[in-house]
Amino acid sequence: MRREGENGYRIPAGCAISGIFDRTGEKINGWEIVKSIAVMHDRSNGLGGGFAGYGIYPQYKDYYAFHIFYDSLDAKHECEMFLERHFDIADLSKIPVRKNKNITDEPMIWRYFVIPLQSKLVESQLEEENFTRRCVLHINDKIKGANVFSSGKNMGCFKAIGFPEDVGDFFRLEEYEGYCWTAHGRYPTNTPGWWGGAHPFDILGMSVVHNGEISSYDANRNYMESAGYKCTLLTDTEVIAYMFDYLIRQKQLTLQEAANVVAAPFWQTIAAMPEKEREKNIYLRDVFSSLLITGPFSILLGYEGGLMALNDRLKLRSLVVGEKGNRTYIASEECAIRAICPDVDKIWAPKGGQPVILSLDQQA
Amino acid sequence: MPLNYIFPEFEVVRNADQCVACRACERQCANEVHHYSEEYGRMIADNSKCVDCQRCVTICPTHALKIVKSDNTFRENGNWSAQTIKEIYRQADSGGALLSSMGNPQNYPVYWDKILINASQVTNPSIDPLREPMETRVFLGKKPSTITRDENGELVTKRPPRLELSVPIMFSAMSYGSISYNAHASLARAAKELGIYYNTGEGGLHEDFYCYGPNTIVQVASGRFGVHKDYLNAGAGIEIKIGQGAKPGIGGHLPGKKVNEDVSHTRMIPMGSDAISPAPHHDIYSIEDLRQLIYSLKEATAYQKPVIVKIAAVHNVAAIASGIARSGADIIAIDGYRGGTGAAPTRIRDNVGIPIELALAAVDARLREEGIRNEVSIVVGGSIRSSADVVKAIALGADACYIASSALMALGCHLCRSCQEGKCNWGIATQRPDLVKRLNPNVGSKRLVNLITAWRHEIMEMMGGMGINSIEVLKGNRMMLRGIGLNEKELEILGIKHAGE
Amino acid sequence: MKRIYVNEDWCLGCHLCEYYCTFANSGLESMAYALKGKPLSPRIQVEEEGEIHFAVSCRHCDNPVCVKSCITGALSVEDNVIHCDTNKCVGCYTCIMACPYGCIMPATSGVIQKCELCTNNAHQKPLCVQGCPNEAIVFEER
Repeated sequence: MRREGENGYRIPAGCAISGIFDRTGEKINGWEIVKSIAVMHDRSNGLGGGFAGYGIYPQYKDYYAFHIFYDSLDAKHECEMFLERHFDIADLSKIPVRKNKNITDEPMIWRYFVIPLQSKLVESQLEEENFTRRCVLHINDKIKGANVFSSGKNMGCFKAIGFPEDVGDFFRLEEYEGYCWTAHGRYPTNTPGWWGGAHPFDILGMSVVHNGEISSYDANRNYMESAGYKCTLLTDTEVIAYMFDYLIRQKQLTLQEAANVVAAPFWQTIAAMPEKEREKNIYLRDVFSSLLITGPFSILLGYEGGLMALNDRLKLRSLVVGEKGNRTYIASEECAIRAICPDVDKIWAPKGGQPVILSLDQQA
Repeated sequence: MPLNYIFPEFEVVRNADQCVACRACERQCANEVHHYSEEYGRMIADNSKCVDCQRCVTICPTHALKIVKSDNTFRENGNWSAQTIKEIYRQADSGGALLSSMGNPQNYPVYWDKILINASQVTNPSIDPLREPMETRVFLGKKPSTITRDENGELVTKRPPRLELSVPIMFSAMSYGSISYNAHASLARAAKELGIYYNTGEGGLHEDFYCYGPNTIVQVASGRFGVHKDYLNAGAGIEIKIGQGAKPGIGGHLPGKKVNEDVSHTRMIPMGSDAISPAPHHDIYSIEDLRQLIYSLKEATAYQKPVIVKIAAVHNVAAIASGIARSGADIIAIDGYRGGTGAAPTRIRDNVGIPIELALAAVDARLREEGIRNEVSIVVGGSIRSSADVVKAIALGADACYIASSALMALGCHLCRSCQEGKCNWGIATQRPDLVKRLNPNVGSKRLVNLITAWRHEIMEMMGGMGINSIEVLKGNRMMLRGIGLNEKELEILGIKHAGE
Repeated sequence: MKRIYVNEDWCLGCHLCEYYCTFANSGLESMAYALKGKPLSPRIQVEEEGEIHFAVSCRHCDNPVCVKSCITGALSVEDNVIHCDTNKCVGCYTCIMACPYGCIMPATSGVIQKCELCTNNAHQKPLCVQGCPNEAIVFEER
C-alpha cells in the first residue's frame, strides 16, 4: 500500500471537525469531544480520526511532548538514538491504549517528554523552538518508519485509522483533561494505509484540523519548502500547520494578520477599507501572496493558550460557533455542538475569511 | 540577367469573376506585387515579390484574392529540405549571412502543447467567474524578507519598488525604430487602459509618449540608445537587456533606412545611420559588473523603480538567474528561443537558446532550492501564444508573461517575417510615413485591449475550473499541470507528473 | 446628429469607400456583380495629392446652399439628412455648382446623386464607414 506523500502521492479528503475551548482554563474531559465528533459519523468514512488536547500534561508543561509512531523496532531504535543525542528525555512510555475491534494494524505508539540539550543548542546557534522544529522535521523526513505526530508543550495529538469515536476509545481519552480540544473525522477519497496521514497535524503544539481540499496546495507547499519546511505527507493539513507556524512563530504576525494572509480579503473589499487598514492588507497580500489559501476549507488551529477557527473566503465549507458561559464550541455542524451542549446561549456561523479567535483569560 | 535559382515561394491567386479591379491591392502592396494592366484590362501579379503578408487578401472588398504556397518542388530528401536548399542558393547569390525575423520557426517541441491543465470534480468545487470574484492582480518586485513594526506594534507597510499588473501579461520590448510610432502609440495606450505595462525596447522613448510613463518600462540595452536621466525616470521600471531569445549572444541591428528624423532624435543617433548594439554590454563582462549597473540605475532613479534584468534562455539559465537574483535585480525576464525579433541572423535564430518552458521550470526550481525565490519576480516570454500558455507559465512558476508577437498580430502582423525590409504593409515594422499611417492607434489600441481582455476572461475560466480564485496561488502550482507525451527527463525538469499519474 | 466625418491622418487613399458606396447604391446583392465591368459612380470621392488623401461626401449642412439653389424643390432636408427626390430633379446641376464642398455629382441617369447616409438604400448604415480599413471615415455625433 502506498503512503501519502510517497513519490508525490497525494490524497484529497473531505471531513468533519469539532472543537471546545474554555477561556477560564477549566478542564474539560476528553470524552466530551469524542461525543461531539461522533454525531457527525457520516462526515467521516472510517479512514482517519484524531484529537488534540491542550493543557493535558501539566506535570511536564515545560517539556515538549513528542508522540511518535514507529513502524519497526529499527525505526524506534534509530529515532531514540537521535533523541538521546539532541534532547534531555525526562520521561518516556508507551501511550496507553485500549483494544478496539475497529482499530487494527496499530504501529508502536510512544510518548517522550523532552527538552533540547543545552550543549546542542549552543552548538546549533538556534533558540530552543527553532532547534526543536528542525529536529522534528529531520525525524519525519529522514528516519524511515518514525513519525513525530505531536510535538507541543502541555498538549498532545491522538490519531489513528478508524472512525473518530473508535479512535477516542482506543486512546482512552476519558483519562485526559484539558482546556481545549479539537477533533477530526476524515473522509479521504482514496485508501490511506497509514496512521500518520490522519489529523490533527501538529508542529510544536500548533495543531490543525481541517475540512476541505485546497486548490492552492502546491503554491503553498513550494513557498514553505523554500522556507525550510519539508512537506512529507503532501496533505493540506500538514502545509496549513506549517504555514501558521511560519507566519505566527517565525514572522511574528498576529493571528488576525495571519488569517488575513491565508484567507485574504478580496481586492475589492480591500479597496473599500480605511487607508491604514487598506495599506496593511495590500502589504500582507503582496508580501505573502503564495500563502493565500484558495478552495474550500474550514480549520481549527490549536496553539498554547488559544484556538482559532477560520473559513475560506468564499465559505465553501460549513462552520458553526456556539457559546455557553466560559465555553465556546466550534463544529462543522450544529448537531455536534448540541450533542454536548443542548442549551447553548448563542449560535452563529462566522463569515468566510473572518477568523474566530479564542484565548485564555489570564493571557489576554 | 543571371539565373535566379529561387522559385517564388507564394502564388497570388485571383478569382477573375470576383475581381472588380478596384486596385486596392495595388495601392496597398508596398512590395509592388499587384498592378493594373491597361492593356489587358485586368489586375496582374508578380509572385516573386510576394511575402504573404496577407494585406491584399484582407483588404480586397470582394474576397477575390488568396495567396497559396507554391507547390513547385525541389528534389528534397530527409537531409536536404527545400528550405536548406534555398538558403544555399541565397548565400551563393549574395555571399552574406542570412537574416530573418520573428521567432525560431523550426520544428522543435513546443512544450506548452504537451502540458494539460487540471479542473475540480466533486472533492472541491470549481468556481464560476461570472458569479464570484476572480482575481488576476499581481505585483512584481522583491518581497521584503523581514517584517518590521513601528513603536505601536503596527506593521510598517513600505515595500520595495514594484510593478502592479491587473493581469499578469505585459507587452514585451520592441523598440521605436524597429516598429513604428503608431505601433508604440497603440501599445502605450492599451497598456494604460489595461493597467499593465509596455516596454520601450532599446530605442528610447519618443517625447510624445512620456505621458504614458506610469505604464512604461524603459529599457537599457548594450547600445544605450536614447538613454538619459529623464528617460530612466520617465518609466515605471527599468529593464537591462542582456539578451533576447531570438538572438542570444548578439546585439540588435536597426538598418539605417529605418532611422528617420524622429527615430534619430529619440535614439540620439545620426539620421540614416545603422544602429548596431554591441553583443555584450561593454561595462558588463561579469556578474559583479551587472550589480554595478543595477545600482547605478537605482541611484539615478532614487531607488524608486524596480530593475528588470532580461536574459535569453540559454543552457545555464538557472545558474545565471540565481546570480542575477543575488545582484540586486528586482525582476528577471527570461526570453525563450521562440521569441521574435525584427531581424536576426538566421543561423542564430534557428539554433541558439532553449525553450522557455524548460528554462522557466529550471529557474523557478533553482531559486526555490536556494531560498531566494522571493528576492525576485520571474517574467517569461518567447513565445506566449494564448491564455492557456499564460496559465501554464504561471503554474510552472512565472509571476507574469511578456507577449510581443501575439501583440503585433493583434495589430495586424501576419508573421510574414520580412520586418528587416522596412516595408511592413501593416504599418508596424516600418518607418515609411505612408505605411505607418495604416496603423491607426485608435484601432490598434482597441484590438490590443480586446486581446488581453479576452485572454483575461479565459484565464479566469481556467482558474475557476481549478477552484482557484486568485492568480497568486496559481503561481508555481505545478500539481495543476500534467505532461502528455513527455519522457521522464522532460517531466523531471518541468517538475510535473504525466497525465494519468 | 450623427454625420460622416473623415480624418485625413488615417485616410490611406485606398479608394475602397468609393467602391463600397457604389455597391451600396447599386441595389444589387453582390459587390462583384454591382461593380464588375461597370463605371464607378460613388457619392463619396477621395481627394488626393501626394501623400495627402481624404474622402469627401455630403456634409449635410445645417444651412444647405444646395437646397436653397434647387430650382424644382427636389432637394429637401428630412430628419437632418439632405434628400434628393429624383422624380423632381431635372438635372440642371445648379446644386452641383452651389455646393462649396463638391459633394454632389451627376448620376448616370442624367439627374444628380449625393450621399444620403445610406438611408435611401438597403444598408441603412453608411457602408463607406463599415468598409474603411483604418477607421478614417467615422459616423458619429460631434
